[in-house]
Amino acid sequence: MESIDLSMVDWARGQFALTAMYHWLFVPLTLGLGFIVAIMETIYFRTGDPEWKRITKFWMTLFGINFAIGVATGIILEFEFGTNWSNYSWFVGDIFGAPLAIEGIMAFFMESTFIAIMFFGWNKVSKKFHLASTWLTAFGANLSALWILVANGWMQFPAGMHFNPDTARNEMISFWDVALSPVAINKFLHTITSAYVLASIFVVGISAWFLIRQRHVLFSKRSIIIASVFGLTSSVYLVWSGDGSAYQVTHKQPMKLAAMEGLYEGKQGAGIVIFGVLNSDKKYNDAQESHLVKIEVPKLLSFLGYRDAQAFVPGIKDLMEGGFEYTDTDGQKKVALSAVQKIEKGKLAIKALADYKEAKKAGNDSATQTSLVTMNENFQYFGYGFLNDPEQIIPPVPITFYSFRIMVTLAFWFILVFILALIFVYKDTILQHKWFLRLALLTIPLAYVASQCGWLVAEMGRQPWVIQDIMPTVAAVSKVDSSAVIITFFLFLVVFTSLLVAEIGIMRKQIQNGPKED
Amino acid sequence: MEDSSYIFFQHYWWLLVSLLGAILVFLLFVQGGQTLIYSLGKTEDKRKVLVNALGRKWEFTFTTLVTFGGAFFASFPLFYSTSFGGAYWVWMAILFCFVLQAVSYEFRTKPNNVFGKKTFELFLFLNGLLGTVLIGTAVGTFYNGAEFSVNKMNLTDLSNPVISQWQTPWHGLEAVLTFHNVALGLAVFFLSRVLANLYFINAIEDEEIIPKAKKSLIINTIPFLVFFLFFVIVLLVKEGYAVNPQTGEVYMEKFKYLHNFLQMPIVLIVFLLGVVGVLFGIGSTLFCKVTNKGIWSAGVGTVFAVLGLLLVAGYNNTAYYPSNFDLQSSLTIFNSSSSKFTLKAMSVVSLLIPFVLAYIVYAWRAINNKPLTQKELDEDNDQHAY
Repeated sequence: MESIDLSMVDWARGQFALTAMYHWLFVPLTLGLGFIVAIMETIYFRTGDPEWKRITKFWMTLFGINFAIGVATGIILEFEFGTNWSNYSWFVGDIFGAPLAIEGIMAFFMESTFIAIMFFGWNKVSKKFHLASTWLTAFGANLSALWILVANGWMQFPAGMHFNPDTARNEMISFWDVALSPVAINKFLHTITSAYVLASIFVVGISAWFLIRQRHVLFSKRSIIIASVFGLTSSVYLVWSGDGSAYQVTHKQPMKLAAMEGLYEGKQGAGIVIFGVLNSDKKYNDAQESHLVKIEVPKLLSFLGYRDAQAFVPGIKDLMEGGFEYTDTDGQKKVALSAVQKIEKGKLAIKALADYKEAKKAGNDSATQTSLVTMNENFQYFGYGFLNDPEQIIPPVPITFYSFRIMVTLAFWFILVFILALIFVYKDTILQHKWFLRLALLTIPLAYVASQCGWLVAEMGRQPWVIQDIMPTVAAVSKVDSSAVIITFFLFLVVFTSLLVAEIGIMRKQIQNGPKED
Repeated sequence: MEDSSYIFFQHYWWLLVSLLGAILVFLLFVQGGQTLIYSLGKTEDKRKVLVNALGRKWEFTFTTLVTFGGAFFASFPLFYSTSFGGAYWVWMAILFCFVLQAVSYEFRTKPNNVFGKKTFELFLFLNGLLGTVLIGTAVGTFYNGAEFSVNKMNLTDLSNPVISQWQTPWHGLEAVLTFHNVALGLAVFFLSRVLANLYFINAIEDEEIIPKAKKSLIINTIPFLVFFLFFVIVLLVKEGYAVNPQTGEVYMEKFKYLHNFLQMPIVLIVFLLGVVGVLFGIGSTLFCKVTNKGIWSAGVGTVFAVLGLLLVAGYNNTAYYPSNFDLQSSLTIFNSSSSKFTLKAMSVVSLLIPFVLAYIVYAWRAINNKPLTQKELDEDNDQHAY
C-alpha cells in the first residue's frame, strides 16, 4: 500500500511558508498605505492645497507598485490550498471556503474597481468621487484581510462546526461563531494594526531620507506628521490586540504559549522572559535548565494569560505528560490528558469512523450508533490519531521563542520612533537630528522583520496542526510527488525573488525621483 | 428523502459559479489583447496606447479569476481538492501565467525595473497565450473526464489518508491528448483575441490602431469559429456522463449534452442567444462602419454562451467533473457540494452581487466615458500611465 511521502509534507509546508512570507512582504504596506493616502487626499480635498495633492500622488504611486506584486503573490496562496493541501480542502472546505468566497465577492471587487478610479480617475470623476474611491480602495483591501484572517483564526481555533461522518468532513453550523470567534477578531485587529504600523514606519523612514538630503522638506514633514499620528494610534490597538491574541493563545493553544516562552516546567505565578537565550540541548523531559541566560518579569505571564498573577501556566512537559487541572474553552474544570492518551483517543476516533461506515454499509444500526457515539466522544482528538510520536506535538521552540521577542521588542521601538518624530516635527528641529533621521530610515527593514516574525510565531507555534487538534499537516496534503512540489518551490522562489528585486529597483528609483512637480 | 431546498442551493451555486466562469471568459479579452500588442502596435507610442487601454481592466479579470476559485472552493470543495490537487501541473502553469501578468502592467515602463520593458511584454504575451489556452483545455475535461479516484473513507487510512487521488503521473497534462479539450482551449484563445479587437475598437481613438484591429478581428474570427463549432458539434454528438438521480450511479449516455440542451430549453435559448450575440458583435463592427459597440453584444453573448455550456455540464443529472478512471468517483453538484447550511449562508452574501455589478458598471463607465487617445497619455500630467 502506498503511503504519504513525508518529504512531500515538508516541501508543501516550505512552499506555503515561502509564498505566504513573500505575500506578507507586500500586503502590510498596501493595507496601511491605503489609509495613509486616503487621509492625505482628504486633507487635499478639504484644503485645496496642491502640495497635499502632490504628497498624495507620490505615496499613491508607491502604493500601486507594491499593490501589483501583492496581488501576484496572493493568487498562489488561494490555489495552493487545492494544489498542495487537497485533503484539507475537502476536510474543512465547507467552513474555510466561505470566507474566501465572501472575500472575493465583497472585498476584491471593491478594491479592484475603485483602485482603477483612484489611479485613472483624477480628471475623469469629481474630486469627491475620487476621494471616496481612494477610501473604498483602502477599505476593500482591509476587508479582504478580514476574511482571510477569519479563516486563519478558525484554523487556530476551530469553532461553529461539527464533523459529519457521512461526508467525512467538518461542516459549518454557525457562521457567526466562525466569523466572530475571539481568536479571529484578535488576529484580524492585531494583523491589520501591525500592517498600519509597518506602513507608517515606511512613510516616516522614506520622508527621513528626503530630510537627510534636505529635499522636499515641507512634503516630508507633512508626511511624517500623518504617518506618525496614524502609526502611534495604530500602535495602541496593536498592543491591545497583541495582549488579546496572547490571552487567546493561552487558553486555546497552550503548547504555542509554552513554546513562545520556552517554558518547559509549568508553574504558578509564571514570569515573562524579557530577554533570554535558550538551552539548545534541552529536552522536554530532562532536568536541564531551559535557558542559558534570562531576564524575567515575575508573575507577568500568569497575569497576562489568566488575569491572575498566581495562575498555573502549563509548560511543555506538563502538556506532554498531562495530569494538571485546567479550565477548558467551555469553562469546565478538567484534568489534562497526556499526549499519549490524546493519540490513543485520536486513533479511537478514526477507527470509530471506519467502523461507522462499515456498519452503515452493512445496515447494522446498533453498531452504527455505537461507533458514532465513540467517534463523537473522541473527535476533539481526531488529529492526534494521525501522529505516531507524541513529541510531534511540540512545535519548534527556538524559532517561536526568538521570533516573539524580536516582534515585541521592535514594536516598542516603533512606538518610540513615532513619538520622537512627532516631537521633533512639532519643535521644528527634525532637520537638526540627523541621527534620528538615519535611525528612522534604518527602521524600515526592521518593520518588515517584526511583521514576518509575527507570522512565524503564529504559524510555527501551532505546528504540527493545520487545524488545531483535528488535522495535522501530514493528513492534509495532496497525493503529489515531492519532486513536483520541489520544482514548483524553486520556480516560485526564482520568480518571487526576481519580482522582489524588480520592485525594490523600481521603488528606489521612484523615491529618488521624489514627488512630481506640478 | 431528498431535501429540495438543498438541491435548490446546489443548483443556485452551480449557476453562480458558471456565471463567474462565463464573466471570466468575457474578461479574458485582456489576455487576448496582450497577445495583440505587437501586431496592432507597430510603434512604441501605439503599444503604449494598447497597453494602457488593457491596463485599466486587467484587475477585473484577475479578481474574477480569484473569486471564481474562491466560489468554487466554497460551494464545491470536492472539485477544488480533486482537480487542483490532482491536475497539478495544469493549474500551476495557469497560476504562473497570472503571477507574471499581475506585475507586468505596473512594472513595464517604470525606470529601473531590472528586466527591461520587453521582458514584461513577454510576460503579458505568455499570460495571454497560455492563460487562455490552458483554462479552456482544463474546462474541456468537464466534458471529457479526467483520471482520478475519490474515496472519502481514505481518511481512516492512517498511512495514506488522501481522499482524492490522481491516477496518472502526468497530473493533468494528459488533458492535451484529447483534442476536444484542446479545441476548447483554442476556441477560448481566439475568442479572447476577437473580444480584444472589439474592445480596442470601442476604447481607443486612433487612426492607425482601429483599422488594424478590424483586420485582426476578421483574422481571429475564422479560427475561433472553426474551433468553437468543432467543440460544440462534437459535444452534441458525444456520449456524456449521466447520473441516476435515485441511486447516484454515474453511467454513459449517448447524446447526453444534446439531451441536456433539449431537456432544458431555457439553457438552450441562453446558449443560442449567446452565440448570436457574439456573431452580431463581430458582424456589426465589421459591416457597420460607424459602430464601435460590438464589444457589448459580443461580451454579453460570450457570457450567455459560456453560461449555457457550463450549465449543461452540471445540470440535468450530469457529472460535471467525470472520472474516466472510476466512473463512480465522478463529481456531481450533489456529491461535491458544501453543506446546505454553508450554501445557504453564502447565498445571503450573494445577494450583494447585483450591488457589486452596479458599482463595477458605474466605475467602468466613469473611466471609459471617452475613448483613450495618445494625446491623453502624453499630455495629462495627472495620468497614471503604464
